[in-house]
Amino acid sequence: MRVSRPAQSSVQKSRENEVMAGLTTPMTPKDQANRTPERVLVLEPGRAERNYWRDLWLYRELFITLAWRDVAVHYKQTVIGIAWAVVRPLLTMLIFTVVFGRLAKLRSDGAVPYPVLVMAGMLPWMLFSTILNEGSNSIVSSANLISKVYFPRLIVPCASAVVALVDFGISFVLLVLMMFWFGVRPDLRILFLPLFILLAMLASLGPALYIAALNVRYRDFRFVIPFIMQLGMYVSPVGFSSARVPEKWRLLYSLNPTVGVIDGFRWCLLGGQSHLSVPSFCLGTAVTGVLLWLGISYFRKTERSFADLV
Amino acid sequence: MANEFAIHAEGLGKKYVIGHESQRERYVTLRDVMARTARRLGRTALDLMRGRPIVEGDELEEIWALKDIGFEVNRGDVMGVIGPNGAGKSTLLKILSRITEPTEGRATIRGRVASLLEIGTGFHPELTGRENIFLNGAVLGMSRREIRAKFDEIVDFAGIERFLDTPVKRYSSGMYVRLAFAVAAHLEPEILVVDEVLAVGDSAFQKKCLGKMQEVSHGGRTVLFVSHNMQAVQTFCTRAIFLNRGRLAANGDVRSVVEIYLSDAAPLTSTWVRPPGRPESLVFFDRINARLSGKQPHLQLNLEARILCEGKGPDFYVAADISGSLGTTLMQAFPEPEPFMRCIEGEYILNLEIDLPPLVPGRYVAHLWLGSHHTQTLDWVKDAVEIVIKESPTASRAYAHSPLHGFIAPVSRCQVTRLERGSPTVIPASRP
Repeated sequence: MRVSRPAQSSVQKSRENEVMAGLTTPMTPKDQANRTPERVLVLEPGRAERNYWRDLWLYRELFITLAWRDVAVHYKQTVIGIAWAVVRPLLTMLIFTVVFGRLAKLRSDGAVPYPVLVMAGMLPWMLFSTILNEGSNSIVSSANLISKVYFPRLIVPCASAVVALVDFGISFVLLVLMMFWFGVRPDLRILFLPLFILLAMLASLGPALYIAALNVRYRDFRFVIPFIMQLGMYVSPVGFSSARVPEKWRLLYSLNPTVGVIDGFRWCLLGGQSHLSVPSFCLGTAVTGVLLWLGISYFRKTERSFADLV
Repeated sequence: MANEFAIHAEGLGKKYVIGHESQRERYVTLRDVMARTARRLGRTALDLMRGRPIVEGDELEEIWALKDIGFEVNRGDVMGVIGPNGAGKSTLLKILSRITEPTEGRATIRGRVASLLEIGTGFHPELTGRENIFLNGAVLGMSRREIRAKFDEIVDFAGIERFLDTPVKRYSSGMYVRLAFAVAAHLEPEILVVDEVLAVGDSAFQKKCLGKMQEVSHGGRTVLFVSHNMQAVQTFCTRAIFLNRGRLAANGDVRSVVEIYLSDAAPLTSTWVRPPGRPESLVFFDRINARLSGKQPHLQLNLEARILCEGKGPDFYVAADISGSLGTTLMQAFPEPEPFMRCIEGEYILNLEIDLPPLVPGRYVAHLWLGSHHTQTLDWVKDAVEIVIKESPTASRAYAHSPLHGFIAPVSRCQVTRLERGSPTVIPASRP
């Protein structure tokens, strides 16, 4: 297959030239009026789409519509509806505060009250885990769409990430209220917060895309995800500050991409007491980058066969 | 204009690998079972390492759903894709609409493609009609502006103004289908790919759909149209390709391709045999055989049915419905007097001879009914046997019959009398 590629592509090139030549022949004015710049599409086995990213841009309206659908449907036919976005982190935070703060006597850094510390870690963790969960199931659960129409499949997991972002926005209000209540005042570093939100999304999209693609072939991954999420909550610095991790393990620990994100959140929000260790942050971001690259490239490699397998 | 192709395909092929449970040695000994399990595990591990999908079953088989398909569709052509079930029609449409990629060969497409493989793709039951119009439109490739511009037209076509803000899960199935088709009907791509979407809804709605399709086909758009309905294909399409077992069996103008398809399709005798399983009543059809004889317009249909009676029951009688390709029941043959058979244990052969009216060429289906009273059904075999009529009842007619003008072409005579001075001239005309 690989050997015959060059020959094939030259055939293809000559055909494209023909096509271009066809377009330059004189047309009647009516023809010209009817014609928008025409797209010529070649379908071939194993052909990487040259204009994949442009295609993605062309399908942006579908992305918006699907994201809107996911958001609209998310809390349909629930009694308390959107309040779930508040209840979930609130309850988890209360349990953490009671179990770890009171019973296990975990302490916070400096002056920040323990509940605020947990909440500031809980929000990015929930953003991360929701995207991972929803994103990796998204392809299989929209099988009916995928087997009936074409669009760049990348849209589906990305749209489900938007839902997580909306949830995050709602629960963020809760954090703001808590910070008022406990008198925690953020400084100018809060301006960096959007960057860390983006980082949290990218960190989860990488693995989510990879697992979403694998999930189409091997449904085993459906069972892996809840396990990762349960474990991840304790492995990530949600209930404690990563300053508690012994110095010699710190770099190894920050291979977990959520560590950099959660530390960053606390650094932005909780004022002077929390600090961000630059080497571990860079390491986490690098891991995020690698995972994202792996996720996208595997997803793109396999997405053309989704419709056959899903 | 001749080389202005919209779709050009050469050597297209699509391979699927499917697995079977081997039938030969179905769990005979523990050793067999263990050996088989080990083999399967080994293969799964190998597949996993190579990143291949897992195939259930222990025997693999490669199936070419399509092989070596080449054709060209010019801009503005309306091309029918016909063939029996499993011939690869849907696979071809899926490749052309980019849902799946071909295993070999290539297709070049010029222009924006919209595919309509089912109606209502992406409809979400929780969302309202209004929301679903936008959702479905976007899924089919319309921009928001386009949908907004056509919104009123779509709602009007579907006739659901009052329920616009009701979740579609509360819709009746008819409303649902109407809304879905209304959105699809307002697509305006350069190339439209349609799979058998006309086979939905009640007959009034089907008529509306057929009308809309006709409008589309006159609108100068390139259309690929898959259907089992030969009348519809002949009405809308100028060209057709005939696929059979994944291969291109014919390609050309619609009339000759349909003719090839019909002559290639099922032989005149068609047989139904009761599938395994216990029937509910004491008396039932076991085997039905249909045979055509005679010449148009005096065709005769002979239905031969084997009836099994497994005990004493009420007297019963038999009726046969015949329906056309759109699923409409055309006639019922109801032999008299009734009831004419006694239900005493045994095996019976029933011969039913029906004089057919002059039916237009196409496929017809006979359904057989058996009961003791018209409200007391004992056995009812729907879609029992297929009857293919090839010969036209009107031998001299130059153009194809269309279902829009009915299934029966009665033999008709007319004469024209010219009223003028002198003696009347009589011109005999149109004799079948």
